[in-house]
Amino acid sequence: MDAKFETRDVVVPGDVLYEGRVRTGENTYRNEGNVYATRVGLVSYGKDDVSVIALEGGFNPLVGDVVIGEVIDIELGQWLIDIGTQTEALLNIPDAVDQPYRTEFVMTRVLDIGDTVIAKIVDLDRKRTPILSILGPGLGRVSEGFIVRITPSKIPRLIGKKGSMINMILKETGCRVSIGQNGRVLISGRTREQEEMVVKVIHRIENEAHTSGLTNRIQEYLRKLKEERK
Amino acid sequence: MSRKGKKKTQWSRVDGREYNELRPIRIESGVIPNADGSAYIEMGRNKIMCGVFGPREMHPKHQAKPNVAVLRCRYHMAPFSVDPRRSPAPSRRDQEISMVMRSALESAVFLERYPRASIDVYVEVLEADGGTRCASINAAAVALVDAGIPMKDLVVACAAGKYDGRLVLDLGDYEDKEGQADVPVAFMPKLNKVTLLQMDGILSPKETEDCVSLALEGCKQIYEIQREALKKKYGIEKPEAEQQLPEEAEKPTEEAEREEEDEER
Repeated sequence: MDAKFETRDVVVPGDVLYEGRVRTGENTYRNEGNVYATRVGLVSYGKDDVSVIALEGGFNPLVGDVVIGEVIDIELGQWLIDIGTQTEALLNIPDAVDQPYRTEFVMTRVLDIGDTVIAKIVDLDRKRTPILSILGPGLGRVSEGFIVRITPSKIPRLIGKKGSMINMILKETGCRVSIGQNGRVLISGRTREQEEMVVKVIHRIENEAHTSGLTNRIQEYLRKLKEERK
Repeated sequence: MSRKGKKKTQWSRVDGREYNELRPIRIESGVIPNADGSAYIEMGRNKIMCGVFGPREMHPKHQAKPNVAVLRCRYHMAPFSVDPRRSPAPSRRDQEISMVMRSALESAVFLERYPRASIDVYVEVLEADGGTRCASINAAAVALVDAGIPMKDLVVACAAGKYDGRLVLDLGDYEDKEGQADVPVAFMPKLNKVTLLQMDGILSPKETEDCVSLALEGCKQIYEIQREALKKKYGIEKPEAEQQLPEEAEKPTEEAEREEEDEER
């Protein structure tokens, strides 16, 4: 009737995490009185629940997530945007332009096919299709930079506690970095070298997302990269 | 029947294994960067690649199910995987194994969590040496976990059979062809449930039971190798101390982004 692992052990699906009555948190399920894991990840025993912090996993869209996507099609009154979910996200005209509709309005002037946008999920419809909006600070069409993709489940690690990791990276490199919850990171810097540094750091964070004390190690790594450049 | 060894009392298998010994197995996960999840398995001389894509939108759309995801498997043998060369077109056997793999894996995946979606499992046999369906299931299970698809348990598969009048574990190509029977079993070890049971050949009821329990023994050994393969990707070393839990840092995305915006201006 107790824990079968220690907090932060790596578990695989089917591992019995707990025998007995306990709340099942994320990435766990209950079967015949035991709690099992459903994904590879780090087990975490809370006060009255058991959960697994997933190391692999797709993007599960939630209202309020900021995402980065590509316009793939234009339909009557809406843009279809690929944000890496099962179904393409929709962006309706009222969520894209802040003015009343006029007949001479041309959709491609706002967003064309192939454009990259930073958008926010404002709603999920009954088929769980995300409805986006680009009205708001920091949202809208992206004009420069390039995108690096990482596993969406590792995005929280890239941001760090209260943004500590990403703020440190911004300060050290001087690049502009926008993070989409769907695992796409938009980078644009003044020089190619700066950008390469950020890409290296992001890949290192992705590989070491399951270890602790990461922010400090990344800071050292960044300093080392900087020295090498000099 | 070919009886190897000079002494009649000294019985041994074609490759010198014990009756309950597996072939050497090596599994690697995350080998295909463009797939959502992938695995590579070497089981004896079998070499098999597996890639998992999804959950993604089902195409053609009419095949999607409104309440659950659909698991689709494609088993394919490369033309050079066997001697003589094999036609790359899907054969009856490929179709059967695709179906068998699907039903073996289906019960382990939480399909109801992704309605209208499809999860695609592609298995490519690069070199075949008997027991490819079991090796494919082993690789596919690892690849599914690597793709981050929620699963009830891992699925392990192993065959047992009758060769030269004796029950043996994990038949190789020669034993498979010359033997009297072959019983592939897929198994969920932690839930203790069998998801696939086939039999090819003739066995008495007693022998069938023994064969299944022999195969289950093999499954349990392979399960440990699968676990190792999944954990190897994250290094064996344990983190020293708890400093940051990723879950605590979930919210402040927008804050970070706004701060960037401020810096730009």
